[in-house]
Amino acid sequence: MSSLARPLYNTFVKRNFTFLGVIFASAFAFEIAFDITTDRIWDNINKGRQWKDIRSRYVQSGDGDEE
Amino acid sequence: MLARSCLRSTRAVGAVRNGAVNTTKRAASSSTSSADAATPFRLNMAGSAATAVAIGSIAWYYHLYGHELHAMTPAEEGLHPTQYPWVHTQWTKTFDHQALRRGFQVYREVCSSCHSLSRIPYRALVGVTHTVDEAKAMAEENEYDTEPNDQGEIEKRPGKLSDYLPSPYKNDEAARAANNGALPPDLSLIVKARHGGCNYIFNLLTGYPDEPPAGAHVQEGLNFNPYFPGTGIAMARVLFNELVEYEDGTPASTSQMAKDVVEFLNWAAEPEMDQRKKMGLKTLAITSALFALSVWVKRYKWTPIKTRKILYNPPPVTRHH
Repeated sequence: MSSLARPLYNTFVKRNFTFLGVIFASAFAFEIAFDITTDRIWDNINKGRQWKDIRSRYVQSGDGDEE
Repeated sequence: MLARSCLRSTRAVGAVRNGAVNTTKRAASSSTSSADAATPFRLNMAGSAATAVAIGSIAWYYHLYGHELHAMTPAEEGLHPTQYPWVHTQWTKTFDHQALRRGFQVYREVCSSCHSLSRIPYRALVGVTHTVDEAKAMAEENEYDTEPNDQGEIEKRPGKLSDYLPSPYKNDEAARAANNGALPPDLSLIVKARHGGCNYIFNLLTGYPDEPPAGAHVQEGLNFNPYFPGTGIAMARVLFNELVEYEDGTPASTSQMAKDVVEFLNWAAEPEMDQRKKMGLKTLAITSALFALSVWVKRYKWTPIKTRKILYNPPPVTRHH
């Protein structure tokens, strides 16, 4: 553990500007991952209810043409 | 002097009333002989009477002021709407956009002949119930005023996506004049604006009896609806089976149309609901994780304090005697 922690510390934490960059980058990555995950859960809960689920029925038909 | 004699006389009266013949107060209070046997009974009587008076006065006060006052009779309040299990009101459910599309069709073909929906522009329908092309086509069916041209004249132009849904009447006065003095309310926020919300509007639309019940007084020009406060509503029943023909093949029963249009009106009042619920779930997830983290940090920091032992070693006792 300590053999791995030492190079990690030296790489990411030791210098303040790298640590700050690591924080910003990880926040960015976390938000993307969190949004993707929760959006997927949300779309699964609301399967078939949202516009994106029924859009295909109407989008190519032009104007006033049913189905 | 006068006070002292009064004191003595009351004491004497008290002694007589107690039926005691003891001459001194000290002897009377300290004795437990048969002379005091009547006292508990009298105390019970006094206590019972005081309790009865207290209960009676409370009852009288409640009778005077305690009842809930109703300014209106139940008929004037209107029948309470039935609670329906709306799916779109659940915490994790969006609107059913197919139902929104059907509901907009019902509004457009039925409601819009009297009711305006003045806060909804055509662009709001894009990506919710219709595609861009469909919304543009619907907007172009209406005419709107242009900006004044070089001569200062206002002309007509076909509608654009940014235009709002046209109102059936020019203004409220025209609406009243056309509807026997009753103003059809704007439906943009009607779900938020009525007690009972979706349930009330659904009940109102489907709750018209075939004929008013016996004894109900319905004014000329009004219709009987038990859910409407006052039971006399200017709007007649408008939804009948097969009134509209749904493009997705859904059977257009009265309750189906009412349900769809109510959900559509709920969307009109709360177009942000889908996004709000999704953000709410995300917020709850993040904050609950942060809360768990904060509990863990607190316990971690307090561990040395919570688990420490304080020992007291008394100094060796040295006897001087």
